Amino acid sequence: MIRNFLIPSICGIIFSIGLVLAGMTNPSKVMGFLNIFGNWDPSLIFVIGGAIIISMPTFLFITKRMEGPMFNKKEGFDLHFNKEIDRSLVIGSTIFGVGWAMVGFCPGPAIAALTLIDGNVFMFFIAMSIGMLLRKVY
Amino acid sequence: MNIVNFTPIESLTGGLVIGFAVSMLYLLRGNYSGISGIYFNVISANGRGFIWRSFFIIGLIVGPVILSFFQYKNLGFEMPVTNPLFIILGGLFVGYGTQLGSGCTSGHGVCGIGRLSIRSIVGTFVFILSGIITVTFMRFMGWATL
Repeated sequence: MIRNFLIPSICGIIFSIGLVLAGMTNPSKVMGFLNIFGNWDPSLIFVIGGAIIISMPTFLFITKRMEGPMFNKKEGFDLHFNKEIDRSLVIGSTIFGVGWAMVGFCPGPAIAALTLIDGNVFMFFIAMSIGMLLRKVY
Repeated sequence: MNIVNFTPIESLTGGLVIGFAVSMLYLLRGNYSGISGIYFNVISANGRGFIWRSFFIIGLIVGPVILSFFQYKNLGFEMPVTNPLFIILGGLFVGYGTQLGSGCTSGHGVCGIGRLSIRSIVGTFVFILSGIITVTFMRFMGWATL
């Protein structure tokens, strides 16, 4: 109950509240950030910066002193990492960057913007879901 | 370069809130808040961890509704590009690219950089760079007015 329902739903709620407060659900702010050679909106640096200021000490210090996550000692901290800088990382991130810049949405904000009940958001969301599933085939 | 629409206070506040959510999910449950990965696991009905991931996504959807009951500075909603061709292509690229590159802004940008992963730092650099080139190209072609 706590582990599989309460914790993830509350974290999801807080996460998307952060996205909205930060202006990430506004595609024109995201595209404005990438428009560095034109009318530039540097706000997104503060979003990522603010998130890292809090998450970095958690990942690097606090949890290093803990035996495991408070409510999930059995599975422990997720530690399976791929360290390789390979072609998939570079090509995948390049493709993602193109799509991100074309519309101004990355996955989190696209999901958090669903309750705006906007046709364009739905269209993007469905295309994004199909794009993800395409990876299973090719 | 010409700085416009800059909202440092609001964006920093939102960023801190995101960082708090990311920290809580890791401290309490041990998982990274990489949204493209979590969402992909849900839609591909991947048995293990399906339940908690689904609730995280439901949380993401209802968060803004809860926020709307409170007074806050809304930074608006405006889509500079509304051509369906761009929206569909952009969506496909975001979906496929985040799976091939195993991460998006939250997974690589916040969680990965947060734990100083070189792979994620490279990934983030690459998608921001490709985003900058794309936006510049779209403006050049007259497809987006920014």
